[in-house]
Amino acid sequence: MTAFAPIKTAIRSPRGGVSAAVLLLVVVCALFAPLIAPYAYDIQNLPGANTEPGAAHWMGTDEFGRDLMSRIIYGARTSLSVAVTAISISVAAGLTLGAMAGYFGGWFDRAVTAVVDLTWSFPEILIALILIAIIGPGLESTMVAISIAYLAQFTRLTRAQIMALKNETYVEATTNLGAGHFHIIFRHLLPNALTPVIVAGMLATGDAIILEATLGFFGLGAQPPTPSWGAMMSSGTAQIFIAPWIIIFPGLAIAITVISINLFGDALIEALDIRNRLRSV
Amino acid sequence: MALLSVQGISVAIGALCPLEGVTFDIDKGEILGLVGESGSGKSLTAMCVMGLLPRIGGTITKGSIAFDGRELIGLPEIELRRLRGKRIALISQNPMTSLDPIIRIGAQIDQVSILHLGLSATTAKARSLDLIAQLRIPEPEAIHRAYPHQLSGGMKQRIIIAMALAADPDLIVADEPTTALDVTIQAQIIQIMVELVRDRGLALMLITHDMGVVAQACDRVVVLYAGRVAEMNGIGEIFAEPKHPYTRELIRCIPRLGQEPGSLKGIPGVVPSIVDYPDGCRFNPRCSNAQALCRDEAPALEPKSSGLAACHFSEV
Repeated sequence: MTAFAPIKTAIRSPRGGVSAAVLLLVVVCALFAPLIAPYAYDIQNLPGANTEPGAAHWMGTDEFGRDLMSRIIYGARTSLSVAVTAISISVAAGLTLGAMAGYFGGWFDRAVTAVVDLTWSFPEILIALILIAIIGPGLESTMVAISIAYLAQFTRLTRAQIMALKNETYVEATTNLGAGHFHIIFRHLLPNALTPVIVAGMLATGDAIILEATLGFFGLGAQPPTPSWGAMMSSGTAQIFIAPWIIIFPGLAIAITVISINLFGDALIEALDIRNRLRSV
Repeated sequence: MALLSVQGISVAIGALCPLEGVTFDIDKGEILGLVGESGSGKSLTAMCVMGLLPRIGGTITKGSIAFDGRELIGLPEIELRRLRGKRIALISQNPMTSLDPIIRIGAQIDQVSILHLGLSATTAKARSLDLIAQLRIPEPEAIHRAYPHQLSGGMKQRIIIAMALAADPDLIVADEPTTALDVTIQAQIIQIMVELVRDRGLALMLITHDMGVVAQACDRVVVLYAGRVAEMNGIGEIFAEPKHPYTRELIRCIPRLGQEPGSLKGIPGVVPSIVDYPDGCRFNPRCSNAQALCRDEAPALEPKSSGLAACHFSEV
């Protein structure tokens, strides 16, 4: 009950409510794509290529005559699953690394901080590109690349939280009752440090969608015919003067999704009253 | 044989030497008071017993601490952790911040017996409820489900006492357990704690600067002054016939009902600074009886007509 109270407060605020509704729509599209999409995403119809938006194809068709709306609905699947999986891996790894570094300190902390600060000094896109250049393009490597690109952020955030929390009296009191490191980290420190990390994770999911689209735009993400918003925009560049809707609609999908995530994240920060703690990075 | 025997321990933190030759012991079922002003080394003594000195960067340079016949100094951290909470439990000074704010009260008590006694969650809960009831907290079930912010300071301190008792320790070290509480609650908490300790035949090391608490609860008293033991004696003897001038002054400082207004006096002077302890007896600058000998030579802790005291002129 208490855990969901901030989410309720966030949804009650105007921007939180609107963004939550949009996000819900995107998630429903991703989950039930086969039921919602009017056409299959990979059936080509060359005579009907570059059809303008109309009654049959609400968002028009692409250069192979595929229904654009169906591809965008399926594309939500790719974008969301890649972004959410990548950020989940990143958050889990960042929490573990950051907690260990912050709690134990010493050489382990110095090593982790050095590596993390090194990756922190490059833009995420550059790290992702380097990693994909090493492991090769594709859906899985996009996930791996994105999760490593955002690892620094969560490690730093967690480490800062843990370093502040480990001197709390209740942690000392638990040690005095004979609790071990494992118990202290997982039962007391991480639960107390979790809130800002979850919100940062939520905001990073928005960034990750953009990063996934960027990689897709470069042809390094999902490979055809899997629909990906970034790749769809990329193919739309060639038709931009003949069929501008091919690049406009996927672009809108990306923009609306990311803006909604950010707005909801903002509402959540407000509801949780943690702006100061997020700034500790 | 004493349950806990502390023999001449000295502590160094960097170049400082905040404890010097502190000696005392506690028998099973005994309540020992450890009194002294702020900075006299009371809490540090507790940390030595709990093996927590390394946390603040201190080391024990001399002496021995034997618990139940086993030397604690030099014991590896993993062994100490097994003792902490299970055989020796610490009740800390600050009840307001000693509970994890996001874990329910019940779960925090449960985890002690789960951790140390290997109880199942259900047995641990039953045991915690029983403990909460014994601490005379109404509606144990409701408290078990509550979060720390829903409790008052006195309630939280009782919960902390419950956590200390949860694993059935042999010795409880209570470091100023009531300092942060209202005076009215203080007496009540001390009384409940002493009762529970007596019922179970546990040993209690009660650290306080309140002579009233000492008189209410303790069997024997150790008086610390500036990192050394000034006096050690039974509760009756120490109030009737203090051997050390510092103890005499401490007792004189207890306000009494019906006392002439304005007649309450403190001890003249201040506690000497740890970086600049006086030579000889450390109490000499504040002692009305100080002689040349007191400034030159530190008195040893010696048997007097009753108990032990470190004063050259204790029989004067």
